[in-house]
Amino acid sequence: MAKEYPLNRFEIRLSGLGGQGILTLGKIMGQALALEHGYYVTQTQSYGPEARGGASRSDVVISSYPISYPKTQNLDVLVALSQEACNLYFRNLKINGLLIVDNFMVEQVPTNSYVGLPFTKWAKDKIKVIQTTNIITLGALTYFLPFMNKNSVLKTLKQIFPAKIIEINVKALNLGFNQAKKRYKDIPERWLSS
Amino acid sequence: MARKPKKKEIFALGNEVVVEGALLAGCTFFAGYPITPSTEIAEGMAARLPLIEDGVFVQMEDEIASLGAVIGASLAGRKAMTATSGPGFSLMQEHIGYACMAEVPLVIVNVMRGGPSTGLPTNPAQGDVQQARWGTHGDHPIIVLSACDVQDCLNMTITAFNFAEKYRTPVILLLDEITAHTREKIVLPRSDELTILNRTTPAMPPEWYVPYEETMRGVPPMPPLGSGYRYHVTGLTHDEHGYPTSKKSEVNALMHRLFRKIDQFFYDIHLVETIEVEDAEEVIIAYGCVARSAKLAVQKAREDGHKVGLLILKTLFPFPRPYVEKLARQCKKIIVPEMNMGQISREVKRVNNGRTQIITLNRVDGQIITPLEILKKVYKG
Repeated sequence: MAKEYPLNRFEIRLSGLGGQGILTLGKIMGQALALEHGYYVTQTQSYGPEARGGASRSDVVISSYPISYPKTQNLDVLVALSQEACNLYFRNLKINGLLIVDNFMVEQVPTNSYVGLPFTKWAKDKIKVIQTTNIITLGALTYFLPFMNKNSVLKTLKQIFPAKIIEINVKALNLGFNQAKKRYKDIPERWLSS
Repeated sequence: MARKPKKKEIFALGNEVVVEGALLAGCTFFAGYPITPSTEIAEGMAARLPLIEDGVFVQMEDEIASLGAVIGASLAGRKAMTATSGPGFSLMQEHIGYACMAEVPLVIVNVMRGGPSTGLPTNPAQGDVQQARWGTHGDHPIIVLSACDVQDCLNMTITAFNFAEKYRTPVILLLDEITAHTREKIVLPRSDELTILNRTTPAMPPEWYVPYEETMRGVPPMPPLGSGYRYHVTGLTHDEHGYPTSKKSEVNALMHRLFRKIDQFFYDIHLVETIEVEDAEEVIIAYGCVARSAKLAVQKAREDGHKVGLLILKTLFPFPRPYVEKLARQCKKIIVPEMNMGQISREVKRVNNGRTQIITLNRVDGQIITPLEILKKVYKG
């Protein structure tokens, strides 16, 4: 993948509430991009009290070249699964950056140009396991980001999760991917030019 | 689509990679106490050590006890380590001094967080640099290393064990919260690619063994407890047989040997990395996570046509004087960004001795120094 889509410091921030699985999401995404897609990746995250309730955040920097500065500077993609996170981090998003929100959790979106999908609702109603919110989000991200390959992400899921819960997570990933594809058939060009 | 990894690639935290490095270096003993942001090292060791032959992990009652147990294990012949952070490192100072005096090889990883006191448990800082050098009381030599990225965590952990074993000394590896808590892809080396050093053991019959004998390298051979070489280990100043002494000639000989065993191998211990310094007119001297910001700053400045170079310090103490001196002669300006109020810049100024302009860039708010801040210093001074 790294050869087909050269990237130079593509920056993603995943954010939400503690307990939504943001840190796991960051880890899986980072590992998939680093080990399966062959990119250079640095993944950092918020620690401490904020990791238990309150805001939670995980940053991923992706590049075709070795990464010097490990933190994010200007975000290409912001995923916000809570209103608070959206308010807090929207200012770090590039002018043409892609904002993905959980429109079930984020009622006031600070821009008209965004992607809204009810990840939490789907986890509750369709998968019936609230903990899969993050993997549904990962499925949607896999669809939206052209340099991400679904099979590679699936492979990573199977490496990370214990056998007992792989099936449900694969289901969640597919749900996120397919629903995103159904609702956003044409991905606007500008989101792809980083 | 995906590249087939030839060797084992892992995507892991700096702390998790310290565990990998320690195990590759032959560490079989870890004693520790939970403290943010170093705890992943203890957790990794707790999971991995019982899986290897004779591996031991023990969670002690505090950091003083942790380092005590590590010293005991090292005396019993193990490669041993502990990991901690600011407040715990302060508690360890007592036993760091003991390990210096009794010449016990061991590795301490200190993941620096904001201080003083409880400070900023989940934010990075570089405030323990001078403490690592001078924290324990009394005059003593010590080796202090640092790592700036996840691959470095692996290399420097192995180096730390090698130095500890080679020079019979405690080695302190300073990480910071960012380096410890960044995940990156690294390639694990095969064990046959690595140089692993082990302590020398006595080669004479026990009756002729003199525990702290003067040798060429200044590093006496070290037998494991119970191997037939019975000797006395003490934190008091001791004669060559290990027995306490206050005779000035013997004390003097001991202290000078302790210094000499490090001092005469500066060329081996001084580790640095240079980037674009050959033609540089301005140089940034950095270490730890700040070195990564500096790398990006240098790249941007070069794109703009500024002749900027970077010296990354991997060994902090003994301070890599020759490298800094050379740059002080060559450059118009040296910039020292660090996340404290000027601890390595103090050393740089000492070595510079008024030759060239030293600009410090300090940040103590628990945030990393950004490439932009460094660039500002490059452009404006």
